[in-house]
Amino acid sequence: MLEKALKGSKTYWMWLLALAVVFAVGFVVYLRQLEFGLGITGMSRDVTWGFYIAQFTFLVGVAASAVMLVLPYYLHDYKTFGKITVLGEFLAVASVLMCMLFIIVDLGQPMRLLNVIFYPTPNSMLFWDMIVLNGYLFLNIVIGWNVLDAERNNTAPEKWIKPLIYLSIPWAVSIHTVTAFLYCGLPGRGFWLTAVLAPRFLASAFAAGPAFLILLSFIIRRFTGFDAGTRARQTLAKIVAYAVLANLFFFLCEVFVAVYSQIPEHMSHLQYLFFGLHGHDALVPWMWSSMALMVLAVIFLIIPAARQNETTLIFSCAFVFVGTWIDKGLGMISGGFVPNPLHEVNEYIPSIPEIVITIGVYALGFLVLTLLYKVVTGVKKEVAGQG
Amino acid sequence: MENSRRRFLKTAGFSILGVGAGSMLIGLAPGPSEAAGPAAETKPVFVDRPDAKHARRWGMVIDTRGLDARTCRKMEEACHSIHNVPDHIGKFGNKNHEIKWIWDTEFKHAFPGQEAEFLSDRLENAPVPVLCNHCDNPPCVRACPTRATFKREKDGIVLMDFHRCIGCRFCMAACPFGARSFNFRDPRPAIEDENPEFPTRMKGVVEKCNFCAERLAVGKMPACVEASGGALTFGDLNDPDSDIRKLLADEYAIRRKPNLGTFPSVFYIV
Ligand code: SF4
Ligand code: SF4
Ligand code: SF4
Repeated sequence: MLEKALKGSKTYWMWLLALAVVFAVGFVVYLRQLEFGLGITGMSRDVTWGFYIAQFTFLVGVAASAVMLVLPYYLHDYKTFGKITVLGEFLAVASVLMCMLFIIVDLGQPMRLLNVIFYPTPNSMLFWDMIVLNGYLFLNIVIGWNVLDAERNNTAPEKWIKPLIYLSIPWAVSIHTVTAFLYCGLPGRGFWLTAVLAPRFLASAFAAGPAFLILLSFIIRRFTGFDAGTRARQTLAKIVAYAVLANLFFFLCEVFVAVYSQIPEHMSHLQYLFFGLHGHDALVPWMWSSMALMVLAVIFLIIPAARQNETTLIFSCAFVFVGTWIDKGLGMISGGFVPNPLHEVNEYIPSIPEIVITIGVYALGFLVLTLLYKVVTGVKKEVAGQG
Repeated sequence: MENSRRRFLKTAGFSILGVGAGSMLIGLAPGPSEAAGPAAETKPVFVDRPDAKHARRWGMVIDTRGLDARTCRKMEEACHSIHNVPDHIGKFGNKNHEIKWIWDTEFKHAFPGQEAEFLSDRLENAPVPVLCNHCDNPPCVRACPTRATFKREKDGIVLMDFHRCIGCRFCMAACPFGARSFNFRDPRPAIEDENPEFPTRMKGVVEKCNFCAERLAVGKMPACVEASGGALTFGDLNDPDSDIRKLLADEYAIRRKPNLGTFPSVFYIV
C-alpha cells in the first residue's frame, strides 16, 4: 500500500518538501542544542520542564483521543465512523511519534536514552510511560494498517486483529493516565497534586483530538475529494462539545478546591497563571484567552444550527484546539513550577531556538501524517472506484 | 515505614516482567546482566579508606542562631570550590543556569507554609542555609527512571551517578526542596580553580549536595560543617549516643516540609 504515498500532485510534493525543509531547520538548531546543552532553551533551575514536555503532554492527549473513534466504531458497530476511524488511528501514530521525539529533545543526555531499559525502574512513572507509549504506537500501526489492507482487498480484517482493537481501547486511556501520573504524584507541586489531573487530561484530550480530526477531515476533503462524512463530523463535534465541558468542569472543581481552601501551595499557581504573582504575569493573557476560546466553542458546538454550519464548526474546532493547547501546552507545565518549592517566582518564557526545534518536531509529525493520510485516501478512492 | 519500603523494593522484582514486556515492544532483548533488575545495587561512588567515617543514617543539625551571612558565605564557598560547582552567574551573568549545592535564603523561603506571622527581627532576616535533605524517603529516587539517583543502603546518603543520568530532570520536579541543579551547559568554563580530586560534571546531567560522601570515605567531616564554626553538627541519626542525637534531644529542632513525608535528615534549630 505504501506505493500510494509515492504518487501525488505537485501540491502534494510541494507540501512534503516544505515540511521537510522546516524539519531540517529544526534539526540544525537541535544539533546546536546537542552541542551547547539545554541552556539554549528558556528553561531554568526553577522551571526545569518547558515547551518540549508541554507539547509531549498535549500530544499524548491527541493520540489517546483516537479511542473516541475506535470505541464507537468497533465496540458499538457505529457505522458512521467507518471512513474516519482509520484517520484517527493514524493521527495517533503521528502524535505518539512526536511525543517520543519531544521526550528525546528534552533529554540532557539523549545518547543515554537506553539507560531507561538497561536499568528498568518500575517505581518511576517515566518507565511506565515508555512502555505504554511504545505499546500504543505498535497497536495503532498494526491495527490501522491491517484494517486498511483488508478493506483494500475487500476482505474482513484478520481474526487476530480484533483482540488488539479491544486492547487498544483501555490502552489509549492508560497512556494519558500514566502521563498525568508523571505530574500528579509529586509531593510539593501543589498545582499538579490533584486526583482530578488524569480525568482532566483525558477530557481535554477528547476535546482537542477530535476537534483536530474534524479540521483535518475538512482539509482532506478540500485537497483529495475524500469526504469522511458530514454525519461523522457532527457526531465528533458533539463529543468535542461534551469533552470541553467536562474539561471546564474539572478545572472549576480544581479552582474551587484551591481557592476555597485557601491553601497557598495550591492557590498560588492558579494566582500566577490567571492574575500574576509578585509582578510576574507573562501567561495571564494566554490563560484568559484559553478559557474564553473554550467557552465560546462550547456555546457554538451545543447550538445545533451553529454546529451544523460548516464555517462555525471550523471556527469552533479551531477554538477548542488552540484553547486546549494553551491550557496544556503552555500553562499546565510551567504553571506547576511557578512559584518554585521555596515560594520564589521565576518565570519561564520559551526561547527562539526552543520554539524552532518544537516546530521542527511538529513538521516531522505532519510529514508522517501526510504520508499516512495519502495512503488512506488512495486506498479509499481505489475501493470506491471498484465498487 | 522502613519495613513497608523494603517490601516495596522487593516487589520491584516485578520489573523483570516490565523489562521483558518493554524490550519486546521496542524490539530490544537485553542480555542477562542487564536484566538483573534493581537487585543490582548501583556501584559505590567512593571507596572507603580504613579511617573512613561510618553511620547507619547520616544527618545534620543546623543551628541558625550561630550563623551570620559571612559564615554562610564561607560554607558555600567551601562546598562549591571542592566540589567543582560552576559559577554561571559570576562568569556569564546567567541566573537560569545557576548551580548550587548549598546556599542561604530567608526563613520564609526555607520554610514556606511554616512561616510565623510575627517573627522576631532576628529570625525574619537571619540567613538559613538550605541543601539536599538526604531524605529517608526520597521522592527524587522514586521518580528517577534509571536509578542514577539512589539512596545508599549503608548510610542513607542520596547520591548521583553522573554517568548514568539521562538528564530527564524528573528528580528535579520530584524534589520538594529545590535542592537539585541541572547542567544546562558545560560547567567547566565556569569553574574558577578546578579541584582535581573531585570529578567535574558534563552538560546535561543533574547534580546536588552529596553530604561529602568523598570526604567521609577518607575520614573527614563535610566541608560546610568544618567551615561553619560549630553551627552545623553532623553525625549518625541512628546512634542514640551520637552528638547529633544528644543535640536533638536537648533542643527543639524542625525540618523542612515534614508534612510531605520525605523524612529529611537535615534539622534546624531556629
Ligand atoms: S532534598 Fe530533594 S534531592 Fe535531596 S533527597 Fe530529598 S527529595 Fe531528594
Ligand atoms: S535527571 Fe538523571 S538523576 Fe534525575 S531523574 Fe533523570 S536520570 Fe534520574
Ligand atoms: S555536606 Fe558537603 S556537599 Fe553537602 S552542602 Fe555541605 S559541603 Fe556541600
